[in-house]
Amino acid sequence: MTTVTLQYFAQLREQAGTSGEQLVTSAGSLRELYDELRTRHGFSLPVEALKVAVNAQFSDWGRAFGEGDTIVFIPPVAGG
Amino acid sequence: MKHFSLSGVAVDPAQLRTALQHPDSGGFCAFEGWVRNSNEGREVDGLEYEAYAELALAEGERIVDEAIARYGVIAAHCMHRIGHLKVGELAVWIGVSSAHRDEAFRACRYIIDEIKHRLPIWKKEHYLDGDTAWVACAHTHGAHEPMQPARDRAPG
Repeated sequence: MTTVTLQYFAQLREQAGTSGEQLVTSAGSLRELYDELRTRHGFSLPVEALKVAVNAQFSDWGRAFGEGDTIVFIPPVAGG
Repeated sequence: MKHFSLSGVAVDPAQLRTALQHPDSGGFCAFEGWVRNSNEGREVDGLEYEAYAELALAEGERIVDEAIARYGVIAAHCMHRIGHLKVGELAVWIGVSSAHRDEAFRACRYIIDEIKHRLPIWKKEHYLDGDTAWVACAHTHGAHEPMQPARDRAPG
């Protein structure tokens, strides 16, 4: 089991009802982790619509994560 | 001065412009993004920008650095607002100073296009009817000129 910190923004923050949480997870990949959170919080966005950042750096979905990492799933952006 | 900033309060563009003045610069180009009163047929009352600040600051810095390197301009800065904005307010400011005008225009265009696609910033529109919605960037990526591979260039 791995303990990670999650931060939520925009629609994910609203749907989770919080801007962040710590989670003990058995997920073996970032994709599995999002699936777990989607079930837990009822996120409407499919994983294909998201990017992901680990420890404040954009990461590819194949990246491993470890104890204490901060993970942010990034909904479609709209700056400018 | 950093090349990219986030601000929770209104910023005076004159101050941002002054910071880009340089004796080697013969041209200056700025782009301002303003809050518009409608989007896709709905009347907009205001906007709310939310940022993943730590990553947005790093990525914004990277984008402006890329523009400086790619177009060889002398100075550039981008400021993006966060928080609640009303119609007419300045949401994003980009300024570029360079020896000549062409690279200033191009660098400015590059920065706004990349900002729209890469910065972890989200926009929630507040409509006059009381409804709200998160907006997703719908523009085609790479509207600025992509670097063409040599084989695609005209011969000669």
